Amino acid sequence: MIPVAAAQADDQSLYEVRRKIYPRAVGGAFARWRWTLVFATQLVFYGLPWLAWNGRQAVLFDLEARKFHIFGLVLWPQDFIYLAVLLVISAFSLFLFTAVAGRLWCGYACPQTVYTEIFLWVERRIEGDRVARMKLDRSTGPRKAALKAAKHGAWIAIALWTGFTFVGYFTPIRELARASLTFSYGPWETFWIFFYAFATYGNAGWMREQVCKYMCPYARFQSSMFDRDTLVISYDAARGEPRGGRSRSADAGALGLGDCVDCGICVQVCPTGIDIREGLQYECIGCAACIDGCDQVMEKMGYPKGLIRYSTESALANGWSARQIAARVLRPRVLAYSAVLAAIVGAAGTSLWHRAPIKMDVIRDRGSVAREVADDRIENVYRLQVMNTDERPHRFTLEVEGSEHLRHVELLSDRQPLEIAAVASEPVAVRVRAEPHDADGSQKIAFVLRTVDGDASRPIVIHEKSRFLVPPSLAHKDSHDGR
Amino acid sequence: MSDFTSGFWGFYISALTLGGVAFCAYILVKMSRRKAAGDPDQTGHVWDEDLAEYNNPLPRWWVWLFWITIVFGLAYLWIYPGLGTWRGASHWSSREQYEGEMQVAERQFGPLYQKYAGVDLKAVAADPDARAIGQKLFMTYCTQCHASDARGGRGFPNLTDDDWLFGGEPDVIKTTIMNGRNGIMPAFGPALGPEGVRDTANYVRSLSGLGHDAARAARGKAHFTTYCAACHGVDGKGNRAVGAPNLTDAIWLYGPSEATIAETITGGRNIVMPAHKDFLGEARVHLLAAYVYGLSHPEPGRRVAAAK
Repeated sequence: MIPVAAAQADDQSLYEVRRKIYPRAVGGAFARWRWTLVFATQLVFYGLPWLAWNGRQAVLFDLEARKFHIFGLVLWPQDFIYLAVLLVISAFSLFLFTAVAGRLWCGYACPQTVYTEIFLWVERRIEGDRVARMKLDRSTGPRKAALKAAKHGAWIAIALWTGFTFVGYFTPIRELARASLTFSYGPWETFWIFFYAFATYGNAGWMREQVCKYMCPYARFQSSMFDRDTLVISYDAARGEPRGGRSRSADAGALGLGDCVDCGICVQVCPTGIDIREGLQYECIGCAACIDGCDQVMEKMGYPKGLIRYSTESALANGWSARQIAARVLRPRVLAYSAVLAAIVGAAGTSLWHRAPIKMDVIRDRGSVAREVADDRIENVYRLQVMNTDERPHRFTLEVEGSEHLRHVELLSDRQPLEIAAVASEPVAVRVRAEPHDADGSQKIAFVLRTVDGDASRPIVIHEKSRFLVPPSLAHKDSHDGR
Repeated sequence: MSDFTSGFWGFYISALTLGGVAFCAYILVKMSRRKAAGDPDQTGHVWDEDLAEYNNPLPRWWVWLFWITIVFGLAYLWIYPGLGTWRGASHWSSREQYEGEMQVAERQFGPLYQKYAGVDLKAVAADPDARAIGQKLFMTYCTQCHASDARGGRGFPNLTDDDWLFGGEPDVIKTTIMNGRNGIMPAFGPALGPEGVRDTANYVRSLSGLGHDAARAARGKAHFTTYCAACHGVDGKGNRAVGAPNLTDAIWLYGPSEATIAETITGGRNIVMPAHKDFLGEARVHLLAAYVYGLSHPEPGRRVAAAK
């Protein structure tokens, strides 16, 4: 035990009180990249639901009808695998980018970063930059109340628009817009618009870096993707130390100082409030604001840029050049991630390209094993769920392929040829008759669904396997049958 | 709450639940502050002489979330029945919720069925929309026995052939579905003995022109008149009032082989069609009856006019 000195005893909280961070505005190459991505992602997010395609909303996830429309593609619950594939692709992209250059996603494209950037911009336009905001927060009076009201009003407006857009992916957005005029949303639409708006407002306006520090799981497992050759935002301590203020005309060498002028800009611009000069920390989201800030100061001082820069642990230790860093990018870890990613993207693309708009599920009737019919044959009953995900009707023929243990295999249906309306799913009851000749039990058969409209030379053909049951009692005929 | 065997268990559960919540609150208060000593970056726990634990404090707003859950939990226990015999301020019960949801569903889907209620069954059978609804109902409630193609199976009649055990008029079909049917054939094995059964089986086969032993059939005829004619009729054409099948056609509920017929005569049969009146309600049964009638009476589609 640590000896406890009674005089030192002090009542202290075990929980951390959030220290409000006032990030200072910064411009530069990386800030421009971030704004480019803010515009690109938000243009897509806010704009996509308004696009029309074939007389319907181009991108609409219709949960009630269980149909996901993505331009020409209509995905059904049976296509759920594509969602899994999308998540796998996202995960491997994340692994790859992280292995190469750290938290690129966090710093530039993550919605938390993007919306915080937007909300910070609003905050800056209304309350001013860092120093003005700090001063405003310390003051009291009507001016503060007015500015705060204006800021929160603007934030809430953006948040509501975001919530509205989000729900617009699931409910036709034009109907939703008309419903907004009279405020006649359904209960779930109301809930999700306000919930999503609340989450946007709370996370981008209030929680900010707390989301990254305490809530985001990715922030905590990213380090397993890092290695000594991963590009991270690094302070070149060898060049910067010993830090210290000096006038622009002073000769740093003569003063025994490094290039760091200890201006504190890198700390002021940091959205998570850390000091990058202490090295890589888990709070660093890799936004490169400190690089932009420091480069401006270096320029003013007449020093070379890049005291804080994207570099790797190995490069800093060995003094490597950019060329030497680049040479280490194609290392086994990166190549492995790239290969897996390319394979999955290729497989998913091929599968999507060859995806047939027709599906069929075969359900053998469980109630009856088999029927005995005339001419020594046995009959099994099947229910085929034929799904036409195409946005036009189709006509089909149904056939059956038997196994070598069955003779005279025949399919009987009341609906030949079969017609299924556009984007519809219908149960079709069919009978299969066959004569078993040398085996009983379960025999392999397959149903073949073939389109007979459209391009006759390239019909869509669906094969679905099933089983034909031959009960032992029916496989060997009764000798007193008299047939 | 009548699920408890004695009043004690209600108190026991309430005490455990509330005690658990109170304990959580106590831990939250107790553990959020300490009389600190030394380095605030460490928790003050030391093991194996020098192994200290870093203090990685939880953000304080997270602690507020814990308080919110405690408040939520207490409010929940107040509103809903979670404490022993306490019914909750809202008097909520899963049964009432189920009944409420069923009523909502009835209001939503009822008009769909109601449109055809009271319309002549033959007209309903000719309506393609009604047939589509009927098919869905049939696929859900009837295929377990009568199969997806409605052609039945061993012991379950084929509904597409216009041969009926209890009658195929639309109203009779509806009565069958509403109230169910029970067709009983008694066991004649003890009365006839094995030889008598074989003789009778051969006679039954002769009725529909199947191959048979003429001598046995001749002997069987006498047995048939004595034991079978009461239900199946002297001519073997059956009796729909009791569900006795026609034995002179090529349609067999269990199979035409001598062995199968002998098995039927020896052990008797008991076929049951359950009643659906209370389960489905008359409006759905009406559509089902029309669908079943339409299976053997396909008609060109004519839509039923919208209800007045």
